[in-house]
Amino acid sequence: MADEQQLFKVTIDNITVEVAPGTTILMAARQIGGDVTPPAMCFYSKLQGSGGKCRTCLVEVSKGSEKDPRPMPKLVASCRTTVMDGMEVKNITSDRVLDARAGVTEFLLLNHPLDCPICDQAGECHLQDLSYEHGKEGTRYEFSRRTFEKENIGPYIQLHMTRCILCYRCTYVADQLTNTRVHGVLDRGDHAEISTYISKAIDNDFSGNMIDVCPVGALTDKTFRFKNRVWFTKPVSAHRDCPTCCGKVTLWNRGDEVLRVTARKDQWGEVESYDGKPGWICNTCRFDKKDLNDWVIEGPAHVSRHSVISANHYEKAIKPQETVPEVMGGRKPKLLMDIHDVSDVNDPDVDLSKINGPATGATFTKK
Amino acid sequence: MARKLLLEKAHVENIRSYEVYRREGGYRSVEKALKTLSPDAVTEEVKKSGLRGRGGAGFPTGMKWSFLAKPEGIPRYLVVNADESEPGTFKDRYLMEFIPHLLIEGMIVSSFALGSNRSFIYIRGEYWWIVDILEQAIQEARNNGWLGKNILGTGFDCDIYVQRGAGAYICGEETALIESLEGKRGNPRIKPPFPAVKGLWDCPTVVNNVETIAAVVPIINEGGEEYAKIGVGKSTGTKLISACGNLNKPGVFEIDMTISVEEFIYSDEYCGGIANGKRLKACIPGGSSVPILPANLLLKTAKGETRYMNYESLSDGGFATGSMMGSGGFIVLDEDQCVVKHTYTLARFYRHESCGQCSPCREGTGWMEKLLLRLEKGQGKMSDIDLLWDIQRKIEGNTICPLGDAAAWPVAAAIRHFRDEFEWHVTNASEAITKNYGLAHYADPLLATA
Ligand SMILES: Cc1cc2nc3c(=O)[nH]c(=O)nc-3n(C[C@H](O)[C@H](O)[C@H](O)COP(=O)(O)O)c2cc1C
Ligand code: SF4
Ligand code: SF4
Ligand code: FES
Repeated sequence: MADEQQLFKVTIDNITVEVAPGTTILMAARQIGGDVTPPAMCFYSKLQGSGGKCRTCLVEVSKGSEKDPRPMPKLVASCRTTVMDGMEVKNITSDRVLDARAGVTEFLLLNHPLDCPICDQAGECHLQDLSYEHGKEGTRYEFSRRTFEKENIGPYIQLHMTRCILCYRCTYVADQLTNTRVHGVLDRGDHAEISTYISKAIDNDFSGNMIDVCPVGALTDKTFRFKNRVWFTKPVSAHRDCPTCCGKVTLWNRGDEVLRVTARKDQWGEVESYDGKPGWICNTCRFDKKDLNDWVIEGPAHVSRHSVISANHYEKAIKPQETVPEVMGGRKPKLLMDIHDVSDVNDPDVDLSKINGPATGATFTKK
Repeated sequence: MARKLLLEKAHVENIRSYEVYRREGGYRSVEKALKTLSPDAVTEEVKKSGLRGRGGAGFPTGMKWSFLAKPEGIPRYLVVNADESEPGTFKDRYLMEFIPHLLIEGMIVSSFALGSNRSFIYIRGEYWWIVDILEQAIQEARNNGWLGKNILGTGFDCDIYVQRGAGAYICGEETALIESLEGKRGNPRIKPPFPAVKGLWDCPTVVNNVETIAAVVPIINEGGEEYAKIGVGKSTGTKLISACGNLNKPGVFEIDMTISVEEFIYSDEYCGGIANGKRLKACIPGGSSVPILPANLLLKTAKGETRYMNYESLSDGGFATGSMMGSGGFIVLDEDQCVVKHTYTLARFYRHESCGQCSPCREGTGWMEKLLLRLEKGQGKMSDIDLLWDIQRKIEGNTICPLGDAAAWPVAAAIRHFRDEFEWHVTNASEAITKNYGLAHYADPLLATA
């Protein structure tokens, strides 16, 4: 065909792909998949204008293009840099990139409360994944962390600003999926905060999607708060005939109980697209349809992320053999720990998000 | 005696008023440009002049103008950056306050060259009284036919608007400025696209510093080639320097860029030497973002050659032993100043001014501030110094806009050149709170020759 679009060749970590002009390095890397794909904490392909901020996706461009082979002097944000024909990119094969990424990870964790034990996002948190892969075991930060009061935005969403990494994704949701702009960023620098303008409640059919785009546990579903750990719930794909949205969701169940409803996510943690359109879901589907009878069940949801969720169950999962009774020689398993001590430690009065630095034993024993 | 091109008439009585400014030869360049030159010819003169941007980066102005996209049917804009918030820099204020018509005149000529029918001055909010001065000058220019429709009967329309900022240093960064001008939060944009292609309201835009635009007036009056004869090498024309710190005569000086740093500090024509007979310890030659230099490296380059007040000489030696011309904010520290405290003050500034978009700058600036405060208070550890180095290294080059670099460089330079002073704050903690480290033994070349 004469009008066939010319494709650009780009080589990322020695693997070559052909992509349409205008594709970003990150999206090209996603076509390859696997380890050569840089992590992305702020970019969200379905939100226009997102990306460029967190700097976790920095890569080295060792050859600009066939025409102009000069390398780029600085690392570039792969999510906002478009490929050129013949471009060569180094991601995990570049020490500079890995060093910078470790730095970014440390920066992102600097003011983060590390309250994963009580955070609803744990298990599906991109910051956990990032720290696991690029973080160091300890912190070099010895000062108090910034804290904020928890804030309710609307009846369904809680903002836990202390955990926010200021990726701005939720503000784009507010901007692009809803028709009133009441959500934004106040102040600047490390004292900046996400806010609805003067705590105005976000009341809009699609506001719940900001929970799905939030990479951390800063925006959580109040109808699911503290109900369960995500890895104990069973995700199933389901749909309903919804007049407002696509109605295609993931239900997170325990037994017959629907604990949570979310949009379906792809392997990059973004909402799935259907016929090229993002499958955002409405608040009715998300917050009000908590009965299995509301839904047509399609089957177990595909969770291919390497997070702890997939460590638990899912399709083709082979249930490991139950070994305890054997090990115990037929006797009932006995508790191996003095549970009372543990529950002492598990003091509900201690708000882990409010303490300075990581928690230690002393945090809990203080009376 | 150096020639003055910008401030020559700044102290003529009532030069602020249109009548006096015009009587002294004002607005000649507008007549010349609009009546005898084409827009491209004006750009060509600016190219020939070798003028470099006076806002900090020193990018050749003529080249910048020629990059401006000119798609059919889409407006183009000139935006003058009068945000001037860099600590140590106060030259634009002086120019706008004392000789406002020079800026307006330069803007009309530049707008003509760029094809901008609506041009803007984005001025920092704290300069509120200068807003009135500029508004008055614009009104006078309009009343006398220099602005508005069909200027001088040439068919060229131009109007100028003044917009006040609200007190953010980051709004001096050109894309943050554009966002702010559009009425949005002043977050720098991710580049590309550059403003020359997609700037104000997504239209092609040139952002220039106040002094850059003012310099267009003498360039057109005298011709680009004549202008280029002043100065040396790629540092053509005259430059405004705002000198502050421990000097006998701090203030704004117009220099031609052939004088040495030593002459600038010590001669009576300029700063008149260090105040109170003290000795020179260190200096930040180009505004708070550029590397600090100890006296020995300030007055002479690493090769032992005299250092001059121009773009090339000040950056001789790279960041290892040199600095930058920057925005011309010349900050001088005498022997009684503490480099650690000084670096802390700058770090506090950058932390406060970071827009917070990118994680290295948002988190790193705060961390550096806290570490520096701890060191300054004598509570630091030796490892803090290496940690600071590592933090600045991880910010530099990894951010959206140059504020990240601007926050990293002063810390890097202070540790590079004054590491012993940082270490002294750790080893002599109690002394560090009450007294000063004083002069670095190696840092005073005048002492050696005395
Ligand atoms: C954080 C930051 C602050 C800046 N502040 C100013 C300023 O106050 N005034 C200015 O003219 N340029 C400032 N700049 C430089 C501008 O981005 C831009 O380069 C300049 O206005 C271009 O003008 P010029 O080419 O005439 O120098 C700043 C840059 C950064 C990164
Ligand atoms: S609340 Fe979540 S989505 Fe919004 S900016 Fe913070 S981390 Fe990003
Ligand atoms: S470097 Fe700092 S000021 Fe510049 S965009 Fe990033 S966070 Fe904002
Ligand atoms: S994902 Fe690219 S900068 Fe955040």
